[in-house]
Amino acid sequence: MSATQYKAGSNLEKILSEGKFAVTGECGPPKSADGTVIEEKAKILKGFVDAVNITDNQTAVVRVCSMASGLQAQQNGLEAIMQMTCRDRNRLAMQADILGASILGIKNILCLTGDHMSFGNHPEAKGVHDLDAINLIKMYKDMRDEKKFQCGDDMDVAPALYIGCAENPFGDPFEFRALRLKKKVEAGADFMQTQCIFNIPKFKKWMEEVRAIGLHKEIKILAGLTPLKGVGAAKYMKNFVPGMDVPQEIVDRMASVEKGPPAQAEGKKLAVEMIKEIAEIEGVAGVHLMAVEWEVAVPEIVEMAGLLPRPAVA
Amino acid sequence: MITAERKPFDEIYAMTEGHDKVLVAGCDTCVAVCLTGGEKEAEILAAELRIKAKEDGRDVQIEHTAAIRQCEWEYLDAIAAKVEEYPAVLSMACGIGIQSMAEKFAPKLVLPAVNTNMLGMPQEHAVWLERCGACGECVIGDTAGICPVVRCSKSLMNGPCGGSHDGKCEVTTPEKGDIDCAWALIWDRLKAQGREELMLVNRPPKNWSKSSSGGPRKMVREEAKPV
Amino acid sequence: MADEPTAAVTAPADTAATAAQAPPAAAELPANEGFEPEIIVFACHYCAYAAADLAGSMRLQYPSNIRMIKLPCTGKLEVIHLLRALEAGADGVYAAGCLEGECHYLKGNLWAKKRVGYVKKLLEEIGVDPGRVEMYNMSSAMGPQFAETARDFTARIRGLGPNPVRPRAGFTAHEVVLKQMGDLAMPDDSASDTPSGS
Ligand code: SF4
Ligand code: SF4
Repeated sequence: MSATQYKAGSNLEKILSEGKFAVTGECGPPKSADGTVIEEKAKILKGFVDAVNITDNQTAVVRVCSMASGLQAQQNGLEAIMQMTCRDRNRLAMQADILGASILGIKNILCLTGDHMSFGNHPEAKGVHDLDAINLIKMYKDMRDEKKFQCGDDMDVAPALYIGCAENPFGDPFEFRALRLKKKVEAGADFMQTQCIFNIPKFKKWMEEVRAIGLHKEIKILAGLTPLKGVGAAKYMKNFVPGMDVPQEIVDRMASVEKGPPAQAEGKKLAVEMIKEIAEIEGVAGVHLMAVEWEVAVPEIVEMAGLLPRPAVA
Repeated sequence: MITAERKPFDEIYAMTEGHDKVLVAGCDTCVAVCLTGGEKEAEILAAELRIKAKEDGRDVQIEHTAAIRQCEWEYLDAIAAKVEEYPAVLSMACGIGIQSMAEKFAPKLVLPAVNTNMLGMPQEHAVWLERCGACGECVIGDTAGICPVVRCSKSLMNGPCGGSHDGKCEVTTPEKGDIDCAWALIWDRLKAQGREELMLVNRPPKNWSKSSSGGPRKMVREEAKPV
Repeated sequence: MADEPTAAVTAPADTAATAAQAPPAAAELPANEGFEPEIIVFACHYCAYAAADLAGSMRLQYPSNIRMIKLPCTGKLEVIHLLRALEAGADGVYAAGCLEGECHYLKGNLWAKKRVGYVKKLLEEIGVDPGRVEMYNMSSAMGPQFAETARDFTARIRGLGPNPVRPRAGFTAHEVVLKQMGDLAMPDDSASDTPSGS
């Protein structure tokens, strides 16, 4: 297959285009100028995931920027999916940053609205919200495919981008959720990662709607999963994280085992079961493992799920 | 209407320091309707300031007045004589009224006693809700008469973010309590209107140059100018 | 500068004579000992005012510090009236309206309660003890309670000491407030000469 057929030619794009079940991970950059954090996390995940999301001031808390951290991950042998929120940058900055990221070799980009400032450590900040995530996807697509800036001006060299987006199948209004994905597909998204799934029946229902309008053929859907370290994490997600749907059975199951290593083992087991169940759903192209501050669990889960070795693509 | 809230007393009191004559000037239009800066409230603030100054042993003359509308110079004529007597004025009008006073009586010191906060709608007696951000290019014809610019916490133009839950916005603060998700409201009302296909349209980036991002705005109606 | 707090509140010589004539307002004695506060009561004529009458006819003792202003309803009372009373020199002010649920105008006493609450907040802002204002409810048949309230509130104000911004002038706050209230205050068809109803 010649490279010209690819939009960006990233590892992730190749794996997904070849119809292989993709596995992505997630790394939060540090809240200081500590250069070792991403290096360490990259070492843990390398060889176990196909690419890793590098979050962008996640939950509106200031961290090392996603471009620098993404570059660092790539320098450590792990392909980056650079996240970009509309909260912190206007259209000038978002275009400038993507050109810069592209020059540095970052190919996967995830377009997000971003959590509101009120959640983070600078609640007094002015939110930018010049564009929304759908505008952002379209802007990057036009840069890549039309060599045009958002204003319509031409550019000489287009950035090579594999454009991603996120969707929350558990957000409301539920009946609009699949339609919202359709808008993102129309705007130009190539792949999509979902919010953490705990409620599989509801996710299946959402996938039915997605398939009913044929979206699974137009966009690569990666199901988001968060392995639970214990019952505390389950309860926290259930009660405090906006847009999260954690069924009581899962909380109960995590509560039924002893804290510490037994609970962690149960969490991993649960994650593996969920991966297996989700992989059977028509239209799911991969999983996105968000082991927040528990990256060490990922290699084992991926192995137990029978997803090793990760495919090598040319 | 324009709504405003009185500044904390200590902040206002600090502004009076160093002055021996201060006039508290209310405005009897929007800020009176929102019970913040009308003549009644001007009198209350003046009384508070006098009591506090007296407690502190300060010899300061504090009186109050009110204009029908501080934002229009012709209404300021009615209080001009009184204003002239005072070297410092604490205006309780909205930001427009305060500036109109400051300009008309320049270089007199005109200080803000309120924080102007929104273009709001009275929901019930003594409760106001933000309704418009004066963005300069109204889109609510396509959003069922619900403003996504100020009623969506992220000014989204293409439907709800992932944080919309049970009709509520992901932004919930102890002070504000639950906020309705604008896009949940838009979706429901568009459906009731049989126009939900409008939600499927991909709207391009908004032209913010028509808003305050484009610099201070000016409106001229040539045809209405006096001959 | 007056480092000792008591020094500031000694009565100036020129008001001493008036003080003798018009107690308690101008009696500015140091500290709380012998301090005769002037207390303004905004009383609804349907209840508290009638209760005062009843107390009078029952020959119940209540302090003469209490000076009444009769209102058609405590709902007529505005925030500024309470502040004005304090500015005029009253050491304490309270509104006395009908029992909750028994206002002749349905909610006048509830409005008054909210306004008194707001004034407490304002007083806190400016460093005046919010206990100087209060809201009480009673019916016209509660003569003894009227007297008791008057005694309790007077004791409270005595404890708080003189109003820090009380003007040293030869008039009572009551006179000033009465004038300020204008038509809002009902004529004082007082009081002890009206026989109590059965
Ligand atoms: S769209 Fe603009 S003009 Fe219309 S209500 Fe919202 S802020 Fe106001
Ligand atoms: S929850 Fe609704 S109102 Fe809040 S930011 Fe998201 S879309 Fe806007």
